[in-house]
Amino acid sequence: MTTTVTSHRPQPPAQPLTLRARRLPAYAAPAIAVVALLVSAGIVYGAGIGGPVLVVVIAALLYLAGLYTAAKAVEGRRAARNRTWSALIHSAFVLAVLPLASVVWTLVSKGTERLDGNFFGTSMNNIGARDANGGAYHAIIGTLEQVGIATLITVPLGVLCAIYIVEYGRGRFAFTIRFFVDVMTGIPSIVTGLFVLAFWVLVVSPWFNDGRPGFSGFAAALALSVLMLPTVVRSTEEMLRLVPAPLREGAYALGVPKWKTILRVVLPTALPGIVTGIMLAIARAAGETAPVLLVAGGGAAINFNPFENNQSSLALFVYQQAGEASKYSPARAWTAALTLVVLVLVLTVAAKLLARRNRLGR
Amino acid sequence: MAKRIEATDVTAYYGGFKAIENINLTVEPKTVTALIGPSGCGKSTFLRSINRMHEVLPGARVEGSLTIDNQDIYDRDVDVTAVRRMIGMVFQRPNPFPTMSIFENVVAGLRLNGVRRKSILEEAAEKALRSANLWDEVKDRLGKPGAGLSGGQQQRLCIARTIAVEPQVVLMDEPCSALDPISTLAIEDLMFQLKDKFTIIIVTHNMQQAARVSDRTAFFSIEKTGDPGRLIEYDNTQKIFSNPSQKKTEDYITGRFG
Repeated sequence: MTTTVTSHRPQPPAQPLTLRARRLPAYAAPAIAVVALLVSAGIVYGAGIGGPVLVVVIAALLYLAGLYTAAKAVEGRRAARNRTWSALIHSAFVLAVLPLASVVWTLVSKGTERLDGNFFGTSMNNIGARDANGGAYHAIIGTLEQVGIATLITVPLGVLCAIYIVEYGRGRFAFTIRFFVDVMTGIPSIVTGLFVLAFWVLVVSPWFNDGRPGFSGFAAALALSVLMLPTVVRSTEEMLRLVPAPLREGAYALGVPKWKTILRVVLPTALPGIVTGIMLAIARAAGETAPVLLVAGGGAAINFNPFENNQSSLALFVYQQAGEASKYSPARAWTAALTLVVLVLVLTVAAKLLARRNRLGR
Repeated sequence: MAKRIEATDVTAYYGGFKAIENINLTVEPKTVTALIGPSGCGKSTFLRSINRMHEVLPGARVEGSLTIDNQDIYDRDVDVTAVRRMIGMVFQRPNPFPTMSIFENVVAGLRLNGVRRKSILEEAAEKALRSANLWDEVKDRLGKPGAGLSGGQQQRLCIARTIAVEPQVVLMDEPCSALDPISTLAIEDLMFQLKDKFTIIIVTHNMQQAARVSDRTAFFSIEKTGDPGRLIEYDNTQKIFSNPSQKKTEDYITGRFG
């Protein structure tokens, strides 16, 4: 059979029709990697221009070039491109995970030094620069209470706001709310701290505090909730929009009122995503230092009452200990940082498990 | 308890777009009525205006009068949820609630409207599932998620969910278009059985289906894209498919148009 297909490329002589193609042997890629590493090490150390990081960077570039050339020679252009892009995507993943692994490793290696009962059982009250003990008990209480109160304020407000925007809001008013929520996302935390300082601590709280400004954990919670609100609103909004319209219509068609449809069909469907958004907001709030410093004032002593007197928080504790002129304080700062990360991690895992328990087992 | 539906000069809009114009049609109790016609001719819009689902979309509105046993369902004093409980609806794609089990899906309409007694719910669930020919297939896994069923089973689950609230009229918007022939047959059989209790109105693109299941058929059409859909002919199904009085109907059912 003769074909009259014209092509801009010369056609190869007629070949038996086959799906098989030549492939690089399985050992080729690792072999190229090893060679690249050796050559790179030779260049870097031979010329004496750098350390192991440069070796890896040059080796990676050599590996990509070598892999492309080898694959092109044996497997052809398409397969060579495929291999190169796969390698690039994998390296991007490794690059993204490296900082995370590094942070975790640093925290664990440096933070375990003061991981003892004393750290979790005492405050910094009456601890001088020469005292080796002293702990973050007061700061842990502060973080838990402030973030807890901020969450209690933010979650109902944020979720209801998102429900308004998605399910009820029409026209200019809903658009305006969305716009200002977006603007709020960009407010620096120090500004929310200043806002609460000017509005709550200096103006409102003196009314019921004998005229004195009321620095307190509650004020810090207010500042944190201003920070958390846009995250909760936007993530909840996105999740509610993902709930398919036919589900709402299915409920309406059964004669279920709109508010009950939202409460019993829409929210449960979007719940896992909403919980993720709330946890992101909590994690961000738990790591904030500036607002707590401004409106809760810090403090070395244990204060269980978030509505009166100064409170500290873990993030603030890390900041203060890191700047302290004592050879014992860096270890306290590292352990507090580790505690904060573990706390957020535990909260996140617990929330995910709770949200999943609500869904049915598959 | 099935009821008669009368539409008089029903006109429906999506914002500024007029989707159907001056539909006049009476649906007798305990019959199956099929709405057929080319895509975009407004048959789904008309169906959705019968249980006031049309107005769920922003900017959508209905003019004219729609009555169910002489009660105007668009009256100012009418509670929309009561209308929808009386006139149930099955959608084109099965839409079981993903967070609910099979049992919870079936009794969702009852439970979300305030029925709490477990014995009542269980009885209603079994009855509805039996009516929907699904009981034998799911009775051992009522606690499993509804989304885990096959497409045909999901659609029968949605039918069970609809009839569990004991409506008087069941609207079906292309209920078989996403299903295979065997599931389609199961649902058509179901319609025959349900006809004893309910008034059924079904939108379908499948003319054999319309001929098989319906007693009366309404043919909708449009002049051209952008024009409102109109009711061209409404008569006994046998007459429509053997000897239609309108040229347009004949062209459509013989496949020369649409």
